[in-house]
Amino acid sequence: MNDLAEALQAQVREACAKSEPLALRGSGSKSFLGRRVQGRVLELSGHRGIVNYEPRELVLTARAGTPLAEIEQVLEAQGQMLPFEPPHFGPGATLGGTIACALSGPRRPYAGAVRDVVLGCRIINGRGEILRFGGEVMKNVAGYDVSRLMAGAFGTLGILLEVSLKVLPKPETELTLVQECDATEALEKMNRLAGTPVPLSASSHDGIQLHLRLSGTNGAVEGARKRIGGEILADGAGYWEKLREHRHAFFTGKAPLWRLSVPSTTPFQANLPGKQLIEWGGAQRWLISEAPGETIRRAAAEAGGHATRFRGEAPEGEAFHPLPGPLMALHRNLKRAFDPAGILNPGRLYGEF
Amino acid sequence: MADRPATGKAALVAELERALPPGTVIHEEEALRPYECDGLPAYRQLPLLAVLPADVEQVQQVVQICRRHGVPVVARGAATGLSGGALPLADGVLLGLSRLNRILEIDPLARTARVQPGVRNLAISEAAAPYGLYYAPDPSSQIACTIGGNVAENSGGVHCLKYGLTVNNLLELKVITAEGELLTIGSAALDSPGYDLLSLITGSEGMLGIVVEALVRLLPRPARAQVVLAAFDDVEKAADAVGAIIAAGIIPAGLEMMDGPAIAAAEDFVHAGYPRDAAAILLCEIDGTNEEVSEHVMRVNALLHEMGATEVRTARDEQERLRFWQGRKAAFPAVGRISPDYYCMDGTVPRRRLGEVLKGIARLSQEYGLPVANVFHAGDGNLHPLILFDSNVPGELQRAEDFGAEILELSVRVGGTITGEHGVGHEKIHQMCVQFSAAELEQFRAVKSAFDPQALLNPGKAIPQPRRCAEYRTIGERRAQRKA
Repeated sequence: MNDLAEALQAQVREACAKSEPLALRGSGSKSFLGRRVQGRVLELSGHRGIVNYEPRELVLTARAGTPLAEIEQVLEAQGQMLPFEPPHFGPGATLGGTIACALSGPRRPYAGAVRDVVLGCRIINGRGEILRFGGEVMKNVAGYDVSRLMAGAFGTLGILLEVSLKVLPKPETELTLVQECDATEALEKMNRLAGTPVPLSASSHDGIQLHLRLSGTNGAVEGARKRIGGEILADGAGYWEKLREHRHAFFTGKAPLWRLSVPSTTPFQANLPGKQLIEWGGAQRWLISEAPGETIRRAAAEAGGHATRFRGEAPEGEAFHPLPGPLMALHRNLKRAFDPAGILNPGRLYGEF
Repeated sequence: MADRPATGKAALVAELERALPPGTVIHEEEALRPYECDGLPAYRQLPLLAVLPADVEQVQQVVQICRRHGVPVVARGAATGLSGGALPLADGVLLGLSRLNRILEIDPLARTARVQPGVRNLAISEAAAPYGLYYAPDPSSQIACTIGGNVAENSGGVHCLKYGLTVNNLLELKVITAEGELLTIGSAALDSPGYDLLSLITGSEGMLGIVVEALVRLLPRPARAQVVLAAFDDVEKAADAVGAIIAAGIIPAGLEMMDGPAIAAAEDFVHAGYPRDAAAILLCEIDGTNEEVSEHVMRVNALLHEMGATEVRTARDEQERLRFWQGRKAAFPAVGRISPDYYCMDGTVPRRRLGEVLKGIARLSQEYGLPVANVFHAGDGNLHPLILFDSNVPGELQRAEDFGAEILELSVRVGGTITGEHGVGHEKIHQMCVQFSAAELEQFRAVKSAFDPQALLNPGKAIPQPRRCAEYRTIGERRAQRKA
């Protein structure tokens, strides 16, 4: 029995009636991210299974507890993929957790984020109602886009039951090029190349080496390789997977890991203590640093971005970048609109809700 | 509210005129005429008054003043919308944003454009062209429509299968809330902390906030684009060919389909060189690097022959490519030439149900005695059946509306939606009751209240009140009676 929608609904209704907070849990692979939730654990990984997959439609619908690995395997068999190349951060990673945490991998700046491929969803809101938004079609503007809103809501607005995603054909071939240069030159190259028609699909700079991945038809990739230059990396696929899963050598050490999301052309912030790894054409920067959160957040904000304390307990308990007052008020209103009793993952995003 | 006392209007006009420069407030009936409808002229309503602010502060003042007076505000861009989303309210202020029409910055290295809401869609691509960049979403009205309206409707276009809708090409919005506050949603980075409000506001039809600035993503112009035209003697064969191309792992930049009546109308109008005897044509555009385009065009050619195309032509040069597209882009006005009136629908269906839906539309066309020309974004299953009618013939407008409603209900039944890109607006508000349950509609209303508790921003559009759904059930019964 893989369809637990009604059982879950009954539990949410009961919790709603008692105003009892629920801590939502898939496989727990991303429990390190965000704030701790105090509440009764609601296990979601039993609600699983692919409901519909039509390779010709480029759409896959699965229950939220379906393991990401299973989905990727099924897609692979049809020569397709999840365009946003999600990190798993654990063998049991579920589709629901992946959507709720809105984590995207190396292909993100070139093929879009989680929210870009969410076409529809079924949720249980905080009142215990089962609701469906969006659908399985590429274009749908009927009603507010609640489905995309679920991406990155960390389960605070609704429990994902089913998600429909746009999938894409896998590129015919992929190839990774390596060259040595400093961070400033790497940023310049990443941004310049992204403004020209080359089949770029990933980029990183680890302090010494610039890695660029090309994806497309054989001819397109070969043509771009000649224009860009650099050494071909033997195990390109392995490199990007390690980077995506934070198993790359950079991610070792005891100091907290920060994620800075900044405009891609932001100059290399050499004054930040610690070590940095640049990804996403310059738009995502990993920082391992003992510097105070405030210093790091200020640096990100001054660049026009924000900083997330990704791994490592924050002394003040806040993981995500603080919101300005009026935006926070809007967040509280939205939370109330979906979950008036405040029972779904309260405090996971911010202490205020 | 409809019969607001004249003193109320006079007081509002006086306060707005005090706060704003001369020539900003329009309140005489004759001068208000141009604002009575948008791109769907079947619905008309004179607003209480119209205000044409020239900058963000003025927009903010208008909203704050209207809020104090409890007067609703309907935002309007170029009024090219096809669902009556900018239809004025008799007791409301029509807020025209066309004067906020400056491109504030093009950043070629970051590949972004910062624009005011009244900037025309095509003007962004024109301004970005010197840098080899362009703005991807390209609704058919792109010469005239403005980015503020594109955000409000989450506009698509011919190229959205590969390059996405407006929501996929936006980075940041500056929005005036119902409270009259200026909020920044999103950022120049690829994501922002908290909820994805950018997604929620995009496509919200001016009901959650008024867009006063947008930062959009620009893409590099593909090195090459090539279009293949294929003719079929059967509409369903053409529909199957669409699936075959995508199943082969090719995502065309555009994949459009037209049926016989649409081909004939377009051919008579612009002489695009379409085969007149075809039951359907497909236009398949491939773009990318030079090598990629060559490889894919060859495969698409072979696939189309395999799928039973009676003729396959690749545009010989850029001129022919543009001519092929011209026929498609002119399809609506072309149909406008052969019929006194037409009514354009906008359902989206799963591609595999396309053939079945087309048969259903043909059957309805016979039942209602009204011809249809079909134009679709076949790649993403978005149908634009154009129902031909003559509003001067008593009862025909009603028949066209009934026919349209049945097409939308058919779209929902096969797992699709009542609107792919034109929005719900005023036009399709009843069909929302078919697509969504009472609890889902209630959730939408709760979202609206979270942003706009006093229901001041474009109230009455897009999300029906429960009583309207009850009314619609009665209308459905009446429709069945009319048909019988």
